[in-house]
Amino acid sequence: MRRRLSDWHRYWVTFQTILTKEILRFSRIWVQTILPSVITTTLYFVIFGRLIGERIGTMDGFAYLDFIVPGLVLMGVITNSYANVVSSFYSSKFSRYIEELLISPAPNWVILAGYVSGGVARGLIVGTAVMLVALLFTEIQIHSALVTLVICIMTAVLFSLGGFINAIYANSFDDISIVPTFVLTPLTYLGGVFYSISLLPDFWQAVSLANPLLYMVNAFRYGLLGVSDIPIGVAFGMILIFILVLTAFSLLLLRRGVGIKT
Amino acid sequence: MFALDAQQLTKAYKGGFQALKGVDLQVEEGDFFALLGPNGAGKSTFIGIVSSLVRKTSGAVQVFGHDLDTDPEGVKSCIGLVPQEFNFNLFLPVLEVVLNQAGYYGIPRREARVRAERYLRQLDLWDRRGTEMRKLSGGLKRRLMIARALVHEPRLLILDEPTAGVDIEIRRSMWSFLRELNAKGTTIILTTHYLEEAESLCRNIAIINQGEIAERTSVAKLLGQLHTETFVLNLKGCVSELPELGGFVLQHLDDCTLEVEMNRDHTINGLFEALSRNGIEVISLRNKQNRLERLFLELVDRRAAGLEGRA
Ligand SMILES: Nc1ncnc2c1ncn2[C@@H]1O[C@H](COP(=O)(O)OP(=O)(O)OP(=O)(O)O)[C@@H](O)[C@H]1O
Ligand SMILES: [Mg+2]
Repeated sequence: MRRRLSDWHRYWVTFQTILTKEILRFSRIWVQTILPSVITTTLYFVIFGRLIGERIGTMDGFAYLDFIVPGLVLMGVITNSYANVVSSFYSSKFSRYIEELLISPAPNWVILAGYVSGGVARGLIVGTAVMLVALLFTEIQIHSALVTLVICIMTAVLFSLGGFINAIYANSFDDISIVPTFVLTPLTYLGGVFYSISLLPDFWQAVSLANPLLYMVNAFRYGLLGVSDIPIGVAFGMILIFILVLTAFSLLLLRRGVGIKT
Repeated sequence: MFALDAQQLTKAYKGGFQALKGVDLQVEEGDFFALLGPNGAGKSTFIGIVSSLVRKTSGAVQVFGHDLDTDPEGVKSCIGLVPQEFNFNLFLPVLEVVLNQAGYYGIPRREARVRAERYLRQLDLWDRRGTEMRKLSGGLKRRLMIARALVHEPRLLILDEPTAGVDIEIRRSMWSFLRELNAKGTTIILTTHYLEEAESLCRNIAIINQGEIAERTSVAKLLGQLHTETFVLNLKGCVSELPELGGFVLQHLDDCTLEVEMNRDHTINGLFEALSRNGIEVISLRNKQNRLERLFLELVDRRAAGLEGRA
């Protein structure tokens, strides 16, 4: 199909509409969407940073508290971008108002872009909030703002896509909490948020390398602190590949109408 | 050019249930068209396919010349849909529902506000614009579905049982609203179980039964097929003995109420003359049953009998 300029303008309006709707949604219920992550990470800072961290000493040459900041920020980004898309898209399926979009001439990629951007927006807002809390406890100097921001956005995109796919397959509200609880949380904890994998025996180091979260946490830590267990280029490449694969898969699901059309 | 042109449309749901078995249906531009059929006939399935909510198994659909397979965006831009079931985000205020729908169709916010106000006012919902959806009554939700479906000013408006569960007053006001819309050029297709609604609004009609079109004709022609009409007469005073009147078949419903079946080549004047001659005075009369209703039942029955015969 050949597209005219007016089509592109229409896509842009549709995209804006979805994104605005998404931002309004999580802002209205900010006590459920923004606040919890901020409170949890504050507790992490207090407990692991202040109380226990002093006894741990340094990790990769940084005070333990400073070392865990990147992981905790990224954890906020990951959980929130995922949670936003999975619950918003699933609700729209459950209450059938996804039909408002399905009958409209919005192409699938615009729908996907809108929802993913909504997830990224919430991820970044929570990430920023956690970062601000972190700055109350530490005085880290950001090593590379560009790397930090880019990794942060890419991670948010990736997990928004994950949330989207989860929502497409979900048939009940239980289905949208299974992945976060049984996959996402363990992988984040084992992805080197709280430790450097150089502390692990060789075997477990190798196993850890199969965990995609490790690459993101380390790339992000590189952005903030300038240290990483993984070469930064490899991390970028990995995240990018994951994004491309999940985007293609999401578009395929939308095209087939899986979970949304009978 | 047809507003809607469906050819050999079939739909097999998962599990193999054949909801549509090769439906051919054309609706002229500017028509006011009724799609009738008993529960489970396939009306919503048909509408679902046309509006991209249901994936067809085979067949083709064109809407104002846009093909559903090759130009789905073109098809969708032409259609406004009022679905059978409510499909709202219940936590949004009324105005936002309409603005979002406009946005999905690519209408910029400023223009969307103008249109949302216009249609919300026309459907008497403007005062409720700040109300959350879950606080609206069923009738108001139905009206909001119409406002939402019109915000992109579609050339074809499809309404799936728009007046289900709506009180008489709102139903009448919806009717006049739809009539006006049709007069201004919007093609309208509606399904309903109130045959009076189809008779009073629509020019053309299709009856669908068990996934097949059983009849496709004009409302006038369909009514013309009726050979007899039955009236119920309320009498002034009672009669115990019924006279023999040529061409009219009289029956007692009770002592003071009669049922008259008359052939189409007789007139009501003739009936009254004959009754007067026999000293019977009539206070009021009504149609025994909606005429379309009877035809509908006949068609569906005939069809069912035919199917059984074949099996
Ligand atoms: N998602 C589905 N999966 C399986 N079967 C379905 C599905 N949706 C509808 N059907 C079946 O397809 C047939 C046609 O359904 P449809 O909703 O199109 O009927 P309808 O004419 O709109 O009926 P009503 O007047 O009750 O709204 C019914 O037998 C129904 O049970
Ligand atoms: Mg139906």
